[in-house]
Formats: sequence, C-alpha cells, structure tokens
Amino acid sequence: MVKNSLRVVVLAYLAMLLVIPVSIVVYHAFNAGIGPVIDALTTPAALHAFQITAVVTFYAVLANTVFGVVTALLLVRYRFPGKRILNALIDLPLAVSPVIVGLALVLVYGRTTGTGRALADVGINIIFSIPGMVIATVFVCIPLVVRAVAPVLEEIGDEQEQAAATLGAGGWQTFRRITLPAIRGALAYGVVLALARSLGEYGAIAVVSGRLVGRTQTVTLFVQERYQNFDQRAAYASAVVLVVTAIVALLISRALRPKELVR
Amino acid sequence: MPETESGAGLLEQAPPAPDLALRPAIDPGRKPRRGRSRRRRGVPSGRPLTSPGNFAPALGLGMVVLYLSVIVLIPLAAVAWRSTGQGLDGFWHAINRPEASSTLKLTIGASLLVALVNLVMGTAIAWLLVRDRLPGRALIDMLIDLPFALPTIVAGLALLTVYGTNSPVGLNLAYTRAGVVVALLFVTLPFVVRTVQPVLLELDREMEEAAASLGARPATIFVRIILPNIAPAMAAGTALAFARAMSEFGSTVLISGNLPFKTQVASVHIFNQLESDNVTGAAAVSTVLLIVSLFVLVGLDLLQRWAARRG
Repeated sequence: MVKNSLRVVVLAYLAMLLVIPVSIVVYHAFNAGIGPVIDALTTPAALHAFQITAVVTFYAVLANTVFGVVTALLLVRYRFPGKRILNALIDLPLAVSPVIVGLALVLVYGRTTGTGRALADVGINIIFSIPGMVIATVFVCIPLVVRAVAPVLEEIGDEQEQAAATLGAGGWQTFRRITLPAIRGALAYGVVLALARSLGEYGAIAVVSGRLVGRTQTVTLFVQERYQNFDQRAAYASAVVLVVTAIVALLISRALRPKELVR
Repeated sequence: MPETESGAGLLEQAPPAPDLALRPAIDPGRKPRRGRSRRRRGVPSGRPLTSPGNFAPALGLGMVVLYLSVIVLIPLAAVAWRSTGQGLDGFWHAINRPEASSTLKLTIGASLLVALVNLVMGTAIAWLLVRDRLPGRALIDMLIDLPFALPTIVAGLALLTVYGTNSPVGLNLAYTRAGVVVALLFVTLPFVVRTVQPVLLELDREMEEAAASLGARPATIFVRIILPNIAPAMAAGTALAFARAMSEFGSTVLISGNLPFKTQVASVHIFNQLESDNVTGAAAVSTVLLIVSLFVLVGLDLLQRWAARRG
C-alpha cells in the first residue's frame, strides 16, 4: 500500500517535471518531419552559433584541463600553507549565480574600467568578445576536472611515482609515463563533465557576450533569441541538439566514471 | 596542517553519479574513513612544495593561484567593492529599493519552498532507487542526472512548452510564481537524491531487522532508525538545492516573463539592472546572493565535520 503510493507519487513527479517536458521539446522539433529541422540547423546564423560554441568550449575546456590536473596534483601530493583555503576556493564557482559571474567579469575587464581600457589599448577586447566568453565558461567549470582527478590520484598513491624518481626519471617523465596513464579515465570523465557544462552555459555568457547576433551568439543564446523572435522551428531544433548532446555526455560520463566512485 | 583537517569537502559521501553542476566535493585532502589509511592522524600529508633542483610544484602553485585570482577572486571582490562604492548607506539604499527587496524576498521564499519539496521528494526518489525493486530503476537512476547535464535554457524552454500558454496538459503557469517554482524544482532535482542515495545504500539492514524482530512497526523503524542515519545527508542535499535555487538564472528566464514584483527572481533582476546600466544596484543584489551562498557553504562544511565526528 505504502510502497505503491510511493511509486505512483515519485513516478508522477518525475514524469511531470522531467520526462514530459524533455520529450515534448523533441516532439515539437520533429512534428513536421526531419527536413525542416535540418533546414533550421543549417542557416548561416545557426551554423555561426554552433561555431562560436565550439570555439569557446574548446579553449575553456583546454584551460580547465591543464588547471585541473595541476591543481589536483598540488592538493593531493604536496603540502603548503593555505592548502585548505585553496581546496575550499575550488568549489566556490559552484555557488555563484552565472549572472554574477558575468557581472564580476564586466566589472574588472569591461571597457569602462582601467584594466579593460588598458587591455583594449593593446588590442585585446575581453568583454563582448570571445576571450570574455572563454573566461566566463572557465569560471563556471573550474571544479569539474579537479574533483574528478583528485580522488583517483589519492587512491593510486605515490609509490610508483617515487620508484620512477628513484630510477632517475625527471618530473615531467614521471608524470607522462606513470601518473597520466593512471588518471586517464578520471581525467576523461572530468573533461566530459566540463564539456557538457561549457556547451550549456547560458547566464554568464549572456552577460559577457553582449548577445551580439551573428558575432558572439552561442547555441544557448541562439535558442533563447530565436524563441523570443517567434522562430520556434529554429529554437526547438537547436534545443534538440543540446538535449541529445546532454544525453550523450551523460552516457559517456557514466561509462567513464572512476570505479571507486560507484561503490 | 593535520591531514584530517586539510580539506573542506561539502559532504562525507561522494555521490555515485556524474553531475554537471553543483556537486558535493570529493575531498582530495582526506581519505574515506574506512579506506586504506597509511598515514597516522596529525601527520602532514604530501611532500613539501620545494625540493632542491625541482621548482615545478612551486611554479605550478603560482600558476594556479594566479589563474584563480584573475578569473574568480578579483572579479568577485570587484562585485563586493562596487556594491559598497558609495558607502554602506549606498548599499542599503540599493537593496532597499522596492524592486530589489521584493526580488530578494521572492527568491529566498521560492528557494526555501523548492528546498523543502526537494527534501521530501528527493528522499522519496532515493528510497525508491535503493529499497524498491521497481523494474526500470536503472533508467530512472540515469534520468535523475539529466537536469545537471541539460542546459538551463533548454530546461526553461521545455517547461514553458508544457506549462505555458499553449499547454498540452491544460496547465498554464507562464509568468506566474508557480512557473518559477517548477523551473527551480527541475534544476535542483538531483541534489537530495544524490546525497541521500549513497547513505541509504550503505545503511546496515541488521539494525532494522533487529527492530522488526522486537516488534517495531515499519513507521517506527523509519523514524527511529533510518531517519537519524540519513538526516545529515538530507540536510546537506537540501542546502545544496537551496543554494542552487537562489542563484538560478537560465531556466527561469523564459517562464518567469520577467515581471518585477511578481516573478522576477534575483538573477534575472541583476541581469536587467546591468542591461539598464544600474551597475551599483546589480552589484548590491549580487553581494547579498554571494553572502547567502557563503553562509550555506560554511554551514555545509560545519555539518559535514559534525557528521564525520559523530561517525
């Protein structure tokens, strides 16, 4: 009795909140067949949005991968003053609203500030252009690679690394031949999480990009702009691309998830 | 620094799932209690940063600190600085404007409601996933992570399509507070599930069996045995959901219709103030949100330490 009513309540909740809304996006996109979807996704504006998203995601994920591995190594393998503070700071971006991320970057790197003007004088524009969008994406993804790699580094211990060092391997050689192969799976897991998060970022990008159609418009901004301009076909078609990407990322990350996290 | 103190993870238990947004940290500075424990308590962990002839780790730390400063710390400090640019009076004035105080009240109220619903529903979902032999559990388990993976604007679009003006189910929540709450429920769905689920999995069934053999009824067993064990995880997940709801933007943009005094949540308000060049107003409301997040994070850390000490 209790068991069945619990089942009904939970399944109804999940259906109404998750399953029906997400399915209906797919239905809306394809209700006139696949042709219009392809047409909507191959307009110059759509292609440009996909290209901007790809560029921003590439640089942001690259930067966070390097940062994530270095930070995880520092936190797990070394001791230094302020380690606990650094560890806490890594999680800070998760608690910050994306809009505040955008505002924060505008306040430091916008053209009305000293830093922004100085950078603009040497030809670097951050806000309303790609670099700012990369920085905003980096901000929101900072913890993902670190938190994926650190537990595995902890788990494998440093005996093998020390053995390599004893046998005369340099720091880089030890990292490339011993550490990197051992953390490969966890690193890939972190990268997939960062990729998915970067592709879907909206709030921070909306602020720093200035939402310049045809210049700084990413796919998520394209979805919103098309929807509000009553071009539902394009909005739903590109939303479906994002839904599919999210589901693929979910499946890949499940396959890659380090085993000790599964328990 | 003692090894057991070296980290500030949000939770003792790592969630068993990939999550793409806010997730309880897996603490790199601390081993699981039951794990291999090679180091004695109180012995510093790790090698010293510099050793003769090897400057790479120190260089790495310098790089990491610079990266965090340029991207995270200096910009966030600029927000706080800007909000008090005209003194504390200016800050109070900015957050006491009717529009600002009503958006803050709405955001806090909606987030509390959302956290409460998550507390109940999240625990129920976790229970179903762990204790009920429901066919298709694996699929449900995967679905739970979807809100973390799905871009928030797509979530907003999906909810507006079902619960908007042309609602196929006949429920129009567009531009209402109920619509905002539904959007927040969507994006916060995984938190309580993913914090309670691992604890429920590890819970020793023998205690429950002993209680049952002594004649305790299922309700008594739940309240007296299961609930005390999963309560810290429930609280942690609820706090995470609350923090996420407070800062949510993308999913509420479309469904809220952005009506001041009615459906405009804090993040959308900040965005609008910024668009209309009221930077100080935007910074003031942002600072309030940052302070609330900070309280939640510190509270979670204390909760985790307390739960860890209790064993």
